Amino acid sequence: MEKKKKATKPTRDDSESNIWSFVTQRGTTASFICITLFAILVRIAVSIHPYSGAGTPPKYGDYEAQRHWMEITLNLPVKEWYRNSTVNDLKYWGLDYPPLTAYQSYIHGLFLRYFDPQSVELYTSRGYESYIGKLLMRWTVLLSDVLIFFPAVIYFVIVYYSGVHNGSKSGMLWHFAMILLNPCLILIDHGHFQYNCISLGFTVAAVAAILSDRDIAGSILFTLALNHKQMSAYFAPAFFGYLFGKCLRCHNPFLEVLKLGLAVLGTFTVLWWPYLYSLEAPFEVLSRLAPFERGIYEDYVANFWCTSSVIVKWKRLFSTQALRILSLVSTVSTCLPSMLLLIMAPSRRNFLFGLLSSALSFYFFSFQVHEKSILLPLLPASFLAIDEPLIFRWLTYFALLSMFPLLRRDELVLPYVALYGLFVLLYNAPVQREATRETRSPFTTLKYFLTACSLVLHIVCLMVTPPRRYPFLFEAVMMLLCFSQFFFIFMYSSMKQWEILKLSSQTIREKKNS
Amino acid sequence: MKPAKNHHNQTRILKPKPKPEPEFKRPITEIIWVSLVSTCIKFLLIPAYHSTDFEVHRNWLAITHSLPLSQWYSDETSPWTLDYPPFFAQFEHFLSFFASFVDPIMVHIHHGLDYKSKPTILFQRISVIITDFVLVFGIYRLTRNLGCKERVLIWVLVIFSPGLMIVDHLHFQYNGFLLGILLISLSALEEGKDLLGGFVFAVLLCFKHLFAVAAPVYFVYLLRHYCSGGFISWFGRLVIMGSAVVAVFAAAYGPFLYHGQIQQVFHRMFPFGRGLCHAYWAPNFWVFYIILDKVLAFLLVRMGFNVQAPTASFTGGLVGDSSPFAVLPRVTPFITFSIVLLAIAPCLVKAWRNPQPRMITRWIAYAYTCGFMFGWHVHEKASLHFVIPLAIIALKSVEDANHYFYLSIVSCYSLFPLLFEVQEYPIKFLLLLLHATLTWIGFSSYFTTTNRKTAETEQTRYDKTRFIVGSFGKLYLLGLLAVEIYGQFVHPILFAERLPFLPLMMISICCAFGMMYSWIWQLRQIIKLH
Repeated sequence: MEKKKKATKPTRDDSESNIWSFVTQRGTTASFICITLFAILVRIAVSIHPYSGAGTPPKYGDYEAQRHWMEITLNLPVKEWYRNSTVNDLKYWGLDYPPLTAYQSYIHGLFLRYFDPQSVELYTSRGYESYIGKLLMRWTVLLSDVLIFFPAVIYFVIVYYSGVHNGSKSGMLWHFAMILLNPCLILIDHGHFQYNCISLGFTVAAVAAILSDRDIAGSILFTLALNHKQMSAYFAPAFFGYLFGKCLRCHNPFLEVLKLGLAVLGTFTVLWWPYLYSLEAPFEVLSRLAPFERGIYEDYVANFWCTSSVIVKWKRLFSTQALRILSLVSTVSTCLPSMLLLIMAPSRRNFLFGLLSSALSFYFFSFQVHEKSILLPLLPASFLAIDEPLIFRWLTYFALLSMFPLLRRDELVLPYVALYGLFVLLYNAPVQREATRETRSPFTTLKYFLTACSLVLHIVCLMVTPPRRYPFLFEAVMMLLCFSQFFFIFMYSSMKQWEILKLSSQTIREKKNS
Repeated sequence: MKPAKNHHNQTRILKPKPKPEPEFKRPITEIIWVSLVSTCIKFLLIPAYHSTDFEVHRNWLAITHSLPLSQWYSDETSPWTLDYPPFFAQFEHFLSFFASFVDPIMVHIHHGLDYKSKPTILFQRISVIITDFVLVFGIYRLTRNLGCKERVLIWVLVIFSPGLMIVDHLHFQYNGFLLGILLISLSALEEGKDLLGGFVFAVLLCFKHLFAVAAPVYFVYLLRHYCSGGFISWFGRLVIMGSAVVAVFAAAYGPFLYHGQIQQVFHRMFPFGRGLCHAYWAPNFWVFYIILDKVLAFLLVRMGFNVQAPTASFTGGLVGDSSPFAVLPRVTPFITFSIVLLAIAPCLVKAWRNPQPRMITRWIAYAYTCGFMFGWHVHEKASLHFVIPLAIIALKSVEDANHYFYLSIVSCYSLFPLLFEVQEYPIKFLLLLLHATLTWIGFSSYFTTTNRKTAETEQTRYDKTRFIVGSFGKLYLLGLLAVEIYGQFVHPILFAERLPFLPLMMISICCAFGMMYSWIWQLRQIIKLH
């Protein structure tokens, strides 16, 4: 399937010189079908591997959490979902995602109950694991992925290449495969077990809608994403900045803002309707969504707080309350520049970079960030894959590395290696996309050095037992390495936004002068 | 060799202008890229279901590692005794050297029985994945002189072959490696290096004797093509070829001859105690024979004749000494052997009259088809022996492409019953779907572009050179789909757990029609082509 992406510059289509034309010649649809089938195959192949917390009572892992939510939503009335009670022990994987996740769990619960009623019975099903149960759960992820993420990506690619980019067809197909076959997303959703494909799928669709000037649809879709996982708020500054900046340049800015605001509020109202019966109810749910008691960071996540804790013991120095304010202030202050730049120059390219910068600033500074949250910055980076191949590749490599300890705990090293290899191969596919190939930079040696470092780290982590005094030594080194690289990408992306602003103001000035 | 070269030169000359090849078109890098992509998929499939063949091969590792050579073929610790020729045993011996480092219990003859630790699974699966590169090398040798479009298409056909994926990387066997040796031999023959081709084929026979079905074709072809010229040169070459082959066989069987084990080796390699058909009927000619017998018996009973029901049944697994047929005469190994030879005869005649290198792949594939259609105790996996070589010639003409398209689907579909667990269902299905889609897209784009050039001059040939799935073909493929839907959904509703063999029987019969068509088509093609 990857072979279809190598296609052709239209002029050379007929000539013998094009190797991969045999697929692309049949048209884009045929190539899309092949890549899609291949992507499904890879997902299914990953799904036969273990999930997080397989066979580890009493808490199990994310798999059990998702199954438990199905059990709760299926058997309790809506109002009880987020409330602690004798049958709904919130300490045991209580629901801590917004209502859309709950509805999705309900629908998937129906699916499970139809085939395997035992697996979602109230209370007795805790820790339920079986051959068929695993398959059914895997199928719910796969179906969500195919029904939400795939169409969204197709929509995005069509929109992205219909306007400004009249690039080669092969480049487009390569880009499609890159977004669809993102190793991190596949490993987390189909290996570790989560439903990121849903919220990320809505985000992709929202970006595509906004790029095609359907701003209202875009805001509604983004609201859906936000209501599936609150982490989608990582993108909120960019969405807000771009849409607000765009509205300001309309004839009637107030009306435009009002329209978008109403669309967002309307969607929220519909989704939260079951909890709007009293004033306290929504706050009860909200308090579940912000787990402040869990501390500012967990494990070894490559963000600012965790990395700097090597020197500054944040948790000891400050109270949780103070840390909350500290993290809020730092997050806002780091994503504010990117948002302002977007309001000042709301171009499409700037929007994509803005998504990347704001997602990274949230990843670095917000409260309670998980390793898996690197998926969020990775998404806009994959949108930019054709323009900024190096940034995309770099972020993917180090995102994979940052998730390695987690995936290793889940016994997913094998699919990790396979998908890592697949990504390197597909990235370097013999496609004619010379125009967007990485240009040779002075950092070539540095690049090789860092890649070698990360490879060595993988091997050391697998083979060597860490010294007893520092049992998490390797994790800490990985974290430092990843943080430095993520930070470099953050700086680069902010710098790009700045350049775009300068460029746009320059063109405006030139226009005025002429 | 001469004709092949001429042929090739001609096509070169016909090209409008031979442009210098762009730098990125180095076939070796590209084929490695393609095969590494498939390797990634194979890695992902490591924890999937594997059949008892996994334990068979593990046991062979243990036998060859812990016993002296003289006892390899007489050991009976496990029911899965060694029944492949000596080179394969040596190959297992070689693997067991590494296996003993990975997990010593794996190669222990007693403690290792049914041993399935994670390192064991990893080691055995990876050994299949790595030896698959022999196939990649074979296919590279065969296609290195082709245009890049043909080349890439053929790689995709073979390297992403769903049949190989199912049998080797899910079910567990080493077919990729063995077929790779066959392809190396074929590539040598196509290049005119007959001695090398014959030598490699002899090696192959010492790895797996089932490949011997094509030996008559090899014999006649080499006799007529390699041993040519005057009597002296004829005799000289015969002696050279003969000694090469004898040397290979001596290297393989010599040690066992020395230990006085040779009879035991042959006894293990040819177990005629097994029945005509496997528990799951391979989709070949004998399916029709059995069905005819059943129908006749049924009719005769209806008409009032006294027909004794056979004591042995085909659906029950192993068949003993009694005849499983109620009406029709019993089939013996000798009869199947004669029929196979008879079926191969037309191609032997062709090879005798005009031995040409460019026909050899077709002839070999045909010989394996005959072995599959009429052989004794044929396994459905044997269809790979001709599907893979036929991929090489699938682009020779649009008829070949059309035939290959059906054949690859039928052969892969007939392998579906090998994987009966729910988890692997979507995998096998997607593998087939993906391959069929790629094949269809590849063939239709390949044959439209070729015909665009000819169309300008010869309007009439336009339709003939286009790849289309005819209405009859569509109907057949829909039939396969219907059988699959029946087996998966309708049958469990209608009969629940009863008649479990019915869906399998339907798959066999349906695929047998496809295989029969393929056999007749190949026969016709061989008679027609010069």
